[in-house]
Amino acid sequence: MSRTLLTGNGAAAWGARLAHADYIPAFPITPQTEIIETLAQWIDTGQMDSRLVTLESEHSMITAAGGAAATGVRVFSATSSQGLLYAMEMLYTVAGWRTPFVLVNVSRGLSAPITLEADHNDVMAARDCGFLQLHCATCQEVLDNTLIAYRLAEDERVRLPVIVNLDGFYLSFTREPVIIPDPQETTAFVGPFNPASIHFRASAPESQAVAVLGGAPYSYFRYELHLAAQNALSVYDEIRAEFRETFGRDYPAVDAYHAEDAELVFVMLGSFATKARAAVDQLREAGWSIGLVQPHLLRPFPEPLLQQLLAGKRGVAVIDQNLSMGKGGVLHTELAAALYGHPDAPPVLASFIGGLGGRDITAEEFFEIARVLRDAVSAGRAPLPRLLYTRDELLEIRKLQAVAHVERKELGKTT
Amino acid sequence: MTDTTTRFRRMKDLPSTHLLGTGTPMCAGCGGLEALHEIYDVLGEKTVFVNAAGCMTLLSVYPFTPFRGSWLYTAMASAPAGAQGIRDALDILREKKGLPPEEDLEVVVLTGDGAAYGMGLSATSGAMERDLDFIYICYDNEGYGNTGQQYSGATPHAARTATSKGAHGFAGYKKDLFSIWAAHRPAYVATVIGSEPLDLARKIETARSLKGPRMIISLAPCPTGWDYDPRDSVDIGKLAVKTGVWPLKEYRDGRVLHTKVPHERLPVEEYLKKQGRFAHLFEPERDETLLDELQAKVDVYWSSVELQGG
Ligand SMILES: Cc1ncc(C[n+]2csc(CCOP(=O)(O)OP(=O)(O)O)c2C)c(N)n1
Ligand code: SF4
Ligand SMILES: [Mg+2]
Repeated sequence: MSRTLLTGNGAAAWGARLAHADYIPAFPITPQTEIIETLAQWIDTGQMDSRLVTLESEHSMITAAGGAAATGVRVFSATSSQGLLYAMEMLYTVAGWRTPFVLVNVSRGLSAPITLEADHNDVMAARDCGFLQLHCATCQEVLDNTLIAYRLAEDERVRLPVIVNLDGFYLSFTREPVIIPDPQETTAFVGPFNPASIHFRASAPESQAVAVLGGAPYSYFRYELHLAAQNALSVYDEIRAEFRETFGRDYPAVDAYHAEDAELVFVMLGSFATKARAAVDQLREAGWSIGLVQPHLLRPFPEPLLQQLLAGKRGVAVIDQNLSMGKGGVLHTELAAALYGHPDAPPVLASFIGGLGGRDITAEEFFEIARVLRDAVSAGRAPLPRLLYTRDELLEIRKLQAVAHVERKELGKTT
Repeated sequence: MTDTTTRFRRMKDLPSTHLLGTGTPMCAGCGGLEALHEIYDVLGEKTVFVNAAGCMTLLSVYPFTPFRGSWLYTAMASAPAGAQGIRDALDILREKKGLPPEEDLEVVVLTGDGAAYGMGLSATSGAMERDLDFIYICYDNEGYGNTGQQYSGATPHAARTATSKGAHGFAGYKKDLFSIWAAHRPAYVATVIGSEPLDLARKIETARSLKGPRMIISLAPCPTGWDYDPRDSVDIGKLAVKTGVWPLKEYRDGRVLHTKVPHERLPVEEYLKKQGRFAHLFEPERDETLLDELQAKVDVYWSSVELQGG
């Protein structure tokens, strides 16, 4: 057991290496490239016994990943943003094949406008496809969760692909001290790949992913997929306990920070939750009764745990790093559905959108969110959803617009 | 060109037992299915067919399949990538996990022209550039058949389709997929047709004997999409060859060889007039301009073949 400075990307690569991924279909996209470059180098220098193939697109990459997993080997892949969306047809498809493998997504905002920086609209777009989703807040989590994800994916009661999500830049390129666990222990923990009923062999001909006629067989297989994803909730807890016993680190499906005795709660996903955590510390020092609830598992959605952790709270602020156009924050919506009609559900569930395209959420903004939430609780009415943006940011964009305007006029003169 | 090493010298050498099951939901007289029967008889059951969206997707409908070997349906664009994953995994299983060689499979992509000429071309190009060891079979019914025969990149000039119903039919020209594939310098490229089973069997046998990307395009007369009586499928297939519309050829080691040159070519209209999709060339009156243009294209092709001596 050694502690090394690793980026989130480096940690993801270590996860794949320690899990002995046999096959790595790849396609480059910022900010994921370091993952596949690291793996390629390990393979080229004989440090990792695996095969990496660069496909010509993410659509093909996920098809190859599913094809290989359906033939019976352990598969790892990684993508981000436009790549995840380019592969979307195949995310649904290979989840329907019930192929267990791990896909790391390095979250990045979606075009248009095109950007390289982080938010969660990419991974949220994949929430209904049948992949399970683990969301990481630290580089250590990225490594550990990749190992846990293989166990979850390959479990007989689940048999589904899993996305391990980390935020672009904030985690992908940030160096943190990471414990690289003992390879013998990780090998024993992950175990050999269990193909279960899937394989293509000359002596055992098989038709996979065949068409169905009519809604009844279709519904049957879709329901099966959903039930398998739901099974993953209790299976996750078993694997988590085993992981904790073996490695001493614990990843509850939903993390709670000072939430138990708090009247007000922030709810957030991913690396920005560490900012919320810092804000909770400061607010508590200032006398606030506030905490943080941070889902780690997004699919399956850990409803019972969320209901339990939020029961009796006076107000909850969901800070979504995504935006469903014409609706609002996805996590807010999902949480509202989970809490509605539940005894002791918090009376105020407020929605805030922030951190799009890598935009920071500052400590002052967390304070402002807390104030808005407290006032709403006093008024007994949820506030309107807020899109976090400062006066200064608006001024900046007005300046850029003015420049653009002048430039266009100049151009008009010359042509 | 007669390859003296082939086990298929005459018709009676063709397999007499047929492997592909009957009772599929394909249309009566489906030329694609005819070719697939013949191809499967040569390839055998130690195969995994990787299929893209198209008519043939309905061959395997839960819980039935006419295949004795394996099958995986992928999506319209990425069957070659599915083949990549399966081939790579089989290699890994053989190298690392002791999968015995007799358990190995030939990986066969099966798609229509819409996937091959269009949506799946990038995935196919990628598979060839990676020198993937696989066989690609494109059954070319010259349109998006499964969705009602809209025109595709394989639709011939002047053909009437569900999206080219004007007086002159389809304004575009059939894409030369054979040359596009051959430009990748794969191990093998060949055109075949079900109505020439001996030529087809030899080519599939050749493909089987090679490694790397082995690419087959089969013209697939389609009674439903081309609008003719299902009983005419074989005749129309033969006419496609005799009129020179569908050249039977193969590419190997940088050279293209024609395997069946129609020396006394029949007029192209013999082929066209049998199909409803070209009826507007003959009724209410003959469209001489278009007919001449279509004949001229075929003539130009064959005179260039003669110039190249092959
Ligand atoms: C991404 C996507 N777009 C469209 C379709 C609808 N679709 C299904 S089959 C098909 C036609 C395919 O044409 P071709 O490859 O020539 O096969 P054929 O139907 O003629 O057998 C289309 C367009 C699809 N399945 N997937
Ligand atoms: S539409 Fe044409 S290609 Fe499709 S099954 Fe019918 S005859 Fe065959
Ligand atoms: Mg077609």
